[in-house]
Amino acid sequence: MKTFLKKMYDWVDERVELKGLVDYMGKKYVPVHRHSVWYYFGGVSLFLFIIQVVTGILLLLYYKSGEELAFESIHFIMSKVQFGWLIRSIHSWTANLFILSAMIHMFSVYFEKSYRKPREITWMTGMLMFFLLLGFGFSGYLLPWNELAFFATKVGTDIAGVVPVVGKPLMIFLRGGDDVTGATLSRFFGFHVAVLPGIFTVFLGIHLLLVQRQGMSEPLHWKEDPEQKTMPFFPNFLLRDISLWLLVLNLLAILAVFFPWELGKKADAFAPAPAGIKPEWYFLYMFQTLKFIPGKLWILDGEVLGIGLFGAAGVLWTLVPFWDLKSARGEQNRLANYLGLFAVIYIIILTIIGWLA
Amino acid sequence: MNQTPETPADQSKRDFLQIVLGGASAAFLAAVLYPIFEYLKPPKQAEVEVSSVKAGKLSEIEKDSGKIIKFGSKPVILIRTANDELRAFSATCTHLDCTVQYRKDYGTIWCACHNGKYDLNGRNISGPPPRPLEEYRVVLQGDEILISKKV
Repeated sequence: MKTFLKKMYDWVDERVELKGLVDYMGKKYVPVHRHSVWYYFGGVSLFLFIIQVVTGILLLLYYKSGEELAFESIHFIMSKVQFGWLIRSIHSWTANLFILSAMIHMFSVYFEKSYRKPREITWMTGMLMFFLLLGFGFSGYLLPWNELAFFATKVGTDIAGVVPVVGKPLMIFLRGGDDVTGATLSRFFGFHVAVLPGIFTVFLGIHLLLVQRQGMSEPLHWKEDPEQKTMPFFPNFLLRDISLWLLVLNLLAILAVFFPWELGKKADAFAPAPAGIKPEWYFLYMFQTLKFIPGKLWILDGEVLGIGLFGAAGVLWTLVPFWDLKSARGEQNRLANYLGLFAVIYIIILTIIGWLA
Repeated sequence: MNQTPETPADQSKRDFLQIVLGGASAAFLAAVLYPIFEYLKPPKQAEVEVSSVKAGKLSEIEKDSGKIIKFGSKPVILIRTANDELRAFSATCTHLDCTVQYRKDYGTIWCACHNGKYDLNGRNISGPPPRPLEEYRVVLQGDEILISKKV
């Protein structure tokens, strides 16, 4: 068997010179220091993405889009298809863990200042992927066509509609009409399974290529470290990565089995919004902020103000490598730290308030 | 390679070709993008113009309660108040498009999405809604309730 594999390898190597590639990958190392644990979250996010692709394709085999079919087809998946409940539950749980893991990855990169020169492009492709993730979450949430999803989509797309000038056409484009109907479901389905994965894969490719090309970022305090311990990426770090992936897969299985994802009630355009309606946790802090902003503030609509503020914060956050020049020079940037800390605390507090309300 | 020095005539020929090529490329791109862009716009569906609907029998709706009525493709909330008055409003919250409901315990119209409240005249009284709910006309024909648009 070994000689067969060796022969296969040699056969390919002879034609495409694998040796250069293998040597190249062997050069990558991972710095070992007290914050090394954060290096794992990029890998975990990648693993969760792979799970989403696999379970997503499996769900596609039975899911049917359409006002009269979507809810029923998921009901069918969960009650009739063998292990359908497991696949659907894992897809939903993974979606949530994916966003959580990507958030941890993003904040750890932010606080380690790993976005500084020369990794600006890696940071920005990461941020674009994060926004795409929120799009995945928002579009995927509607696909079961249940009551909660129906109103969440009404609110979400209506918020897009308050953006001055481009808002209204954007809202109609998203909804496929003036209201949230089966046309919206068709569009969201298309976004969720074709448009977003396509764009996401391109950014992911660039992101991973850059990480491989530039190597792992060393933290600012690394220079003063007398030891500068490192670990080879292949195979040492990768094996650790894989053991963590196994743990994550087990966690997912436990969550999916003991806390199966509910389907809820089928959407009805002529029922009032149910009491206690809330968006998914990752939108909760924005939702809660909108609740606190009064309808009219001076001459501005409350929503316009809220969206304006969140939009500006998102742009500022994405462009951090370009305004935080201190970190690029190897100096501490307290302002960036305080802003990051403010963002984390704001998100946590508002999420908790939203959760309890 | 043997290159002859460029004459002003060559230069102007080059400029001309660049303009033609650039213009043709732009026109071609527009011809490709325009149909795609137009395709993305959902076509206007002819909606049946509804001016009034039957909302059921008075005897079927309790005092101090509300219900959602289909008014064409839009939801309308019909309320029978505690003092036995009938009122109807658009049930679409003016804030972010959720569907409102009547809350007995508050004695107001309430939107679950962002805790917006309207009084029984449809006026926004608390929370984020920026405008009052549009009022509809309610007419009683015997026991039959009719809801129509206010003119």
